[in-house]
Amino acid sequence: MEYFIELFLGGLTRGSIYALIALGYTMVYGIIQLINFAHGEIYMIGAFTALIVAGILSMLGWNPVAILIIASVIAVVYSASYGWTIEKLAYKPLRQAPRLSALISAIGMSMFLQYYVLLAQTSNFLPFPSLIPDFKFMEPIEHIVRSSEIVIYITTAIVMVFLTFLIKFTRIGKAMRATAQDRDMAMLVGIDVNKVISFTFIIGSATAAIGGVLVASHTGQINYYIGFIAGIKAFVAAVLGGIGSMPGAVLGSLVLGMSESFFTGYISSDYEDVFAFLFLVFTLIFRPSGILGRSDTDKV
Amino acid sequence: MLEVKNIKTYYGNIQALKGVDIQISEGEIITLIGANGAGKTTTLMSISGIVPPRSGEVLFLGQPISDLQPNEIVSLGICQVPEGRRIFPYLTVSENLDMGAFLRTDSAEVKKDQEYIFELFPILAERRNQAGGTLSGGEQQMLAVGRALMARPRLLLLDEPSLGLAPLVVKQIFEIIKKINTENKTTIFLVEQNANLALKVAHRGYVMENGRITLSDTSANLMVNEDVKKAYLGIS
Repeated sequence: MEYFIELFLGGLTRGSIYALIALGYTMVYGIIQLINFAHGEIYMIGAFTALIVAGILSMLGWNPVAILIIASVIAVVYSASYGWTIEKLAYKPLRQAPRLSALISAIGMSMFLQYYVLLAQTSNFLPFPSLIPDFKFMEPIEHIVRSSEIVIYITTAIVMVFLTFLIKFTRIGKAMRATAQDRDMAMLVGIDVNKVISFTFIIGSATAAIGGVLVASHTGQINYYIGFIAGIKAFVAAVLGGIGSMPGAVLGSLVLGMSESFFTGYISSDYEDVFAFLFLVFTLIFRPSGILGRSDTDKV
Repeated sequence: MLEVKNIKTYYGNIQALKGVDIQISEGEIITLIGANGAGKTTTLMSISGIVPPRSGEVLFLGQPISDLQPNEIVSLGICQVPEGRRIFPYLTVSENLDMGAFLRTDSAEVKKDQEYIFELFPILAERRNQAGGTLSGGEQQMLAVGRALMARPRLLLLDEPSLGLAPLVVKQIFEIIKKINTENKTTIFLVEQNANLALKVAHRGYVMENGRITLSDTSANLMVNEDVKKAYLGIS
């Protein structure tokens, strides 16, 4: 039973991280029908930014919690500016072009960012300081769940509540929903669609960066390639939940995280990735629009 | 109020408008009639800035607007009810109306206007919490007109409001169009395939063929014009 709980919580951790990345995929897809393959790289850049900031601040002898907060804020801002720039450089000029062109541009951007970080840093795994301190009250259950995991759950939950509020009740949230449903009509009621798209990239990137910092300080090591794997997995999760749907992205992420965790725990850890993609294939065969996806993508 | 001067609009390499001139004065109802593919919808999309003209000029109250973004054009007071209604399918009726007032900041007045729309179209009040996509065609057309009115437009562009609707609903919509014009002094530019109906409500009309204006006159004169009768009114 204890093993089961351990796997369950492990799955929840994975799922939370996938969700933080998948939300960005699904929001961007919802607005401009583009799979932003460079999204995983934003997550990776968030982790690297935090690593650099944390490195400098810990040399100055700051306390870890302060470092965590400052590093996260800087990582979020920096990654968000990357997201904004990528859209302006690589996607906006292609907005009228066939969808395939933008997709190829996205793949190009993803590779560019990976190799740019590879050259700027190294290909080795770099140690990431564990910025999340061990809580005292955790001692009796520490072997089941770590403090950093608790922080991941709470942060993910807060981000989700915040995003739900943003989309449902704010002016920009309504503009985002309208743009996702009918872009030309959104322009005709006076929405500045370019602003909405930029905003979507900024929010998606900020969310991914939070995920990057959390994972890095949980696993304790990063390299230039972490964004690719995490990005692809989060993409699977977003498709699983129904791409374009935000609750779908969260649900898909939790389902994928849990199943991966139980699969590796009870069957074999060697086939973890194989299993994740097998999941994608079966989803696409039996429920192409995902768990919560809308099958009526055609506009009236 | 609106002056369209020799605009030429293209979709890629295909020229849809080959030099269109239209003048609309404040308070008028002007109609643009023509067959399928004549360029009527393109004319409206060029005015709204969705498909900007490649050459020529559009002036609104003397100010050139052809280089503005669609949202800036809306903020000047030009609103469009596009062909096919284009309701936001997953927003509720009430949210759809709110979207129409997107650029307005006077929320108390917006609320009043929403009540006014519900008076004009009582069926919308009944359906206010229903998703827009679940409405019938006629209800959607009412919602589309209501949504555009929520912006308090000075010039309302209507693209084929009668398309695919039952005769009774069409009658109702056209009565509202007249009412908006006389009561709110809103200028109306009405694009229609149903020339009979359009010429009955409009003061003046333009006839469009193959991306050009071929005829323009008062509605009364157009209705007795032999060519118009033959081609658009089905009378020979």
